[in-house]
Amino acid sequence: MRAVPAFPVLAVLAMGISAVAAHAQQGFPGGAGSYAISSRGSQIAFAVPQVGGGGIAGRFSSFEGEMTIDPSNVASSRVTISIFPASVTTGKTRVDNFLRSNAVFDTAHEREIRFVSTRVLRTGERTALIEGNLTARGRTVPESFTAELMNSSGRAISFHVVGDVYRSPFGMDVGRPIYSNKVNFDMTLSGVRR
Amino acid sequence: MMRNSSDGYGLVAIVLHWTIALLFLAQIALGLAMVRIGDQRLAFELIQWHKSFGFLILGLVLVRTGWRLAEAVPRPLPGPAWEQGAAILVHLLLYALMIVLPLTGWALVSVSVLEIPTFAFYLVLVPHLPLGVSEQAEEFWTAAHVYAGYLVMVLIAVHVAAALRHHFILRDHALRRMVRPADHGTIKAE
Repeated sequence: MRAVPAFPVLAVLAMGISAVAAHAQQGFPGGAGSYAISSRGSQIAFAVPQVGGGGIAGRFSSFEGEMTIDPSNVASSRVTISIFPASVTTGKTRVDNFLRSNAVFDTAHEREIRFVSTRVLRTGERTALIEGNLTARGRTVPESFTAELMNSSGRAISFHVVGDVYRSPFGMDVGRPIYSNKVNFDMTLSGVRR
Repeated sequence: MMRNSSDGYGLVAIVLHWTIALLFLAQIALGLAMVRIGDQRLAFELIQWHKSFGFLILGLVLVRTGWRLAEAVPRPLPGPAWEQGAAILVHLLLYALMIVLPLTGWALVSVSVLEIPTFAFYLVLVPHLPLGVSEQAEEFWTAAHVYAGYLVMVLIAVHVAAALRHHFILRDHALRRMVRPADHGTIKAE
């Protein structure tokens, strides 16, 4: 007996399983395809709480990325984002300059902060957990965010994405414990179909 | 031993003098360094330590001022009237600046548009003074703090020079009485 004939059997079996899985996950209202994320229509905001209340709130105005969405198999969806930290704005020039300095983003030497998803887990009809690797200042750390589908038209899609990122693994924990180690991200990521 | 006499200072006054002297000199060096170094991360940390030590100094200076007002003051050393007047003036200005420096520092932190909390020694959250936050106010209090700092450096130099003159040229016990606590066993009635 040769092993080769087993392959078609396995293939059929695999197709059957994925068809069942696809059926089980049907109804995810996002449109399949590849979407370009741009700063237009999107927003990446963050907040760093401080002791005694209040804190620093800001956003990145320049970033780009891509989402690939497969509604029949959410787990195979992918997202990558590059944030350009020189575009950080808090409304206070001196705070911005401090964030760009070597104390935090070191924009003289570091051009981008990059997130590449490794796994997408569907958690509800319109929600998913996105796991991936976040790279900043030469260090890569696993991080996760939760995404909720906001809008999906034929050619555009948008998600509300939130998650907390600790500063210390990236060597950006200046000002602890006056300023929280944990940064709260609140993002609206809109993609336009490629 | 602990208390002053008409001849000299007690241990409390001596310890307060040297503790505050040491902290003040370190604080001046820290203040000069923290605004000159290029590493913004280190600068931030040093500024927080400067703030913490500033409040420690303010607390000690208030204790010292209370002690100075409550306690007997040793007799002035013999010398011309202008020297005695100068000594009183310099001591008075040193006391004033020991209070003014922490307070102007506190004010500048309070009005700073950066609104960085003061978390003294990462233990005590010190509230901001109720002053309006603005760039102009921050510039004003920063200038006040810096010039008060330069003035206190001049006064410390004068104070140290005078102490050394008393010790090495006039050869009196001006410096010694700030090292050795007054011996109450030998003093006459106050």
